[in-house]
Amino acid sequence: MAIVAALSRVTKRYPGVVALDDVSLDFHSGEIHVLLGENGAGKSTLVSLLAGMQQPDEGTIVVGGDAVRIDSPRRSMDLGIGTVFQRVLLVQSLTVIENLMLGGSWLRPLARAASLRRFGELAQLLGTRIDPDARVSGLSLGEQQQVEIMRALWRDEKLLLLDEPTSMLTPQGVADLGRMLRRLRDQGVALILITHKLLEAYEFGDRISVLRLGRLAGAVAPQQLQQLTEAERTDTIIRMMFGIDAGGAAAAADGHEAELAILLGRKIHEPAVIDRSKPPLLSVRGASTLPDFTETPLREVSFDLWGGEVLGIAGVDGNGQKHLAEMLAGQRSVAAGELLLGGVDITRGQVPERRLRGLRYVTDDRLGEGTVSTFPVATNLLLKEVGAAPWWRHGITDWDLIHRHARDLIRTNDIRTPSELTPVGKLSGGNVQKVLLARELDAEASVAILNKPTYGLDLHNQRLALDRIGAAADRGVALLVISTDLDELVEISDRVGVMFQGRLAGIVANDSGAVDRIRRLMTGAGAA
Amino acid sequence: MNQGGLVAALQGTVLRVLLPVGLALFAGGLILLVLGKDPLGYYGYVLQRSLLRWGGAQETLTRMAPLLLIAAGLIVAFRAGIWNLGGDGQFLLAAVASAALAPVLVTVMPRGLMLISCMLAGALTGAIWSLLPAVLKVRYGVNEIITTLMMSFLGTSLANVLIKLVLRDPDTTVPQTRSLAVDDRLPRLFGTTIHAGLPLAVAAVLAVHFMMTRTAFGLRLQVQGANRAAAVHAGFRVERLTIAAFALSAALIGLGGAVEVLGVWGTVRADWNPALGLLVVPLVFLARFNGCAVIGFTLFFSALMVGGESAARRVGVPQHYVLVLVALLLLFLGVVEYLDQSRRKSGGP
Repeated sequence: MAIVAALSRVTKRYPGVVALDDVSLDFHSGEIHVLLGENGAGKSTLVSLLAGMQQPDEGTIVVGGDAVRIDSPRRSMDLGIGTVFQRVLLVQSLTVIENLMLGGSWLRPLARAASLRRFGELAQLLGTRIDPDARVSGLSLGEQQQVEIMRALWRDEKLLLLDEPTSMLTPQGVADLGRMLRRLRDQGVALILITHKLLEAYEFGDRISVLRLGRLAGAVAPQQLQQLTEAERTDTIIRMMFGIDAGGAAAAADGHEAELAILLGRKIHEPAVIDRSKPPLLSVRGASTLPDFTETPLREVSFDLWGGEVLGIAGVDGNGQKHLAEMLAGQRSVAAGELLLGGVDITRGQVPERRLRGLRYVTDDRLGEGTVSTFPVATNLLLKEVGAAPWWRHGITDWDLIHRHARDLIRTNDIRTPSELTPVGKLSGGNVQKVLLARELDAEASVAILNKPTYGLDLHNQRLALDRIGAAADRGVALLVISTDLDELVEISDRVGVMFQGRLAGIVANDSGAVDRIRRLMTGAGAA
Repeated sequence: MNQGGLVAALQGTVLRVLLPVGLALFAGGLILLVLGKDPLGYYGYVLQRSLLRWGGAQETLTRMAPLLLIAAGLIVAFRAGIWNLGGDGQFLLAAVASAALAPVLVTVMPRGLMLISCMLAGALTGAIWSLLPAVLKVRYGVNEIITTLMMSFLGTSLANVLIKLVLRDPDTTVPQTRSLAVDDRLPRLFGTTIHAGLPLAVAAVLAVHFMMTRTAFGLRLQVQGANRAAAVHAGFRVERLTIAAFALSAALIGLGGAVEVLGVWGTVRADWNPALGLLVVPLVFLARFNGCAVIGFTLFFSALMVGGESAARRVGVPQHYVLVLVALLLLFLGVVEYLDQSRRKSGGP
């Protein structure tokens, strides 16, 4: 089949990192080409090269047979490359058709009739039914993504690039997306699908290329992919992902058991036995919050959490998880209902009081609110203890003690930083998370709320974060772990609750049939 | 940090400060050349008039007192992420308050107590004038750049009205408050014309520096200034901190107004407005909100102001030429900062 675009020996460096190292790839029309790799493997860099946001340092990009220089997003579109980014980039207050007309020429009047015609064509091509006059803010994330895909194909683009398109979709949304992508493939579009999930790569991919540490670790061509059995495919690809030369999956599994568990969604911990006759450490009774601009508020959420237990909170992003975390932490006021922490009513308690009583909160917005990125690691490790003894006496700072404390934590938590004085914003995502976990999962913690604790981390750091959560549970800490990654929740949780439209749609015990029940609850079908 | 690192850091700082100063003076000299004036003559006069001659040096140091107090106030606000640009109104109203109180209080209490009371009154007046912007920001999120500037215009007008209508000294033809006798003003130091306001101002700047770098309160303010969401996340009482930072900032600026009146003028004339509030803003930025560094920049600026006036007359350029120099300084500071950043980014040491 015809090659629509190709990378030829492309290298891209950032200060201190080689993001892409001599990578050559071909993209064929009528084929779904999956790029698989961990975070940091170079996938996002590849997207930004093709989308015109970065230029390669070496090597060439070939589109339609000619070497091209893609120096702006507009140029990328002119070359017939449509990109769907990980996050929704639509204007929420405009309608679907208005969003699609945004890319038009500056001076010409908006051609609504022509746009509607094009919308109809694309809707038919994709097999979707969206009202072109619906406001984007009223659409589900899956529908918004469909609009993004329409926009990416608006000018009859021949190459469609999708960056982690399933990360925010429900299982149903993922199935719809798969159907849509296959239709496009059959129309001759070349599709590039970027993912870190192995199962998705099998499900969608005609051709799979594996990136590892910026290098092309290997590729499986379509004929090959069809001939291999499931086990052989897994074996082949895992060897590429972890850079193992030979020896099969058994040897691969030896060193990378934990990563494999995440990759394949296997469960490696059995739920602990929780003594539920004792009073729970945290009781939430009919808690609601007030709505604000964007986030879904909570509606009458009730649950109990015992020491040593991990309660996972699943759900599609944006179903009230953020409010739940902030309400529990004390950052958002409780509009109705009550909270009991160790039997004490903390409904009106502020963040400091709740922290004093052992409540901890690891936010998902690590650099936005969890840390002050320009401040040193040492200060950030004590951000929630400012003014407290022994680091402050009568309000006067003992910097020596603070720095010593930081050095201890850096060592015991294996935080990779040049020094305790380094601004925390200069650390990698995994190390920023280590700073937060060191700060929050301290010896005095009794209840910890963790919002997306592994979000954006590579497999190794995901593993470390989950291990710390498990260790805290073993110490008797009660943990509430919010995540959109169901595999991860199934792995670490004793019970899993599901958020749907601000309500706790149900809590299921994490046993053999759990995943199916959780999926059903996630779509809002039949509250348990 | 080891010894070598410290030396390197010090070198870097000196380079980042002295290089822009040198470049600004050089570019300023070029402008003078283009105008057909003698740059060396100008700089020579400035130096001679403001620092080398004893009388001029005293004037330079005296002029520093209000500048330093305003700088102290601005450092508190800016570090806390609050743009208090209402310094002029706060300064002037505080000056009027202390000028109005002093001649009255001096008749009923000893001089020392009177001076302290008047300074406190000035500080309080400044703080009160910042309350409305503070509350508007905390309650409704109204941008304080707008509100403090508006309050500043209102404040300068109110000061004018108060002097003309309420506090006017009936014995003078020009509208002004009743004068405080020279003997009742802030004590002079060691037979010079420098008054006690200068050591007070230096102490205030150093105290602010200590507060910002070595206390829990200062750290809370800095966290809030750098990332408000993190302050909320950490459980700081952001609203109280905001109001406290506003009040402290304006109180220090108000103290500056009181000190200037009690130390130098003894009265406030209706048309008097030195408009120092906004002049000090660039100095505070040049010093990167560092209390120790700001003392040096204030001395530099004060010397330029004192020497620049007479040097401008001698050489024949407008008096506001000093402001051109300050602007050039800011410009080059930005350029040097940018070059330094990009050097570091491109994998420098």
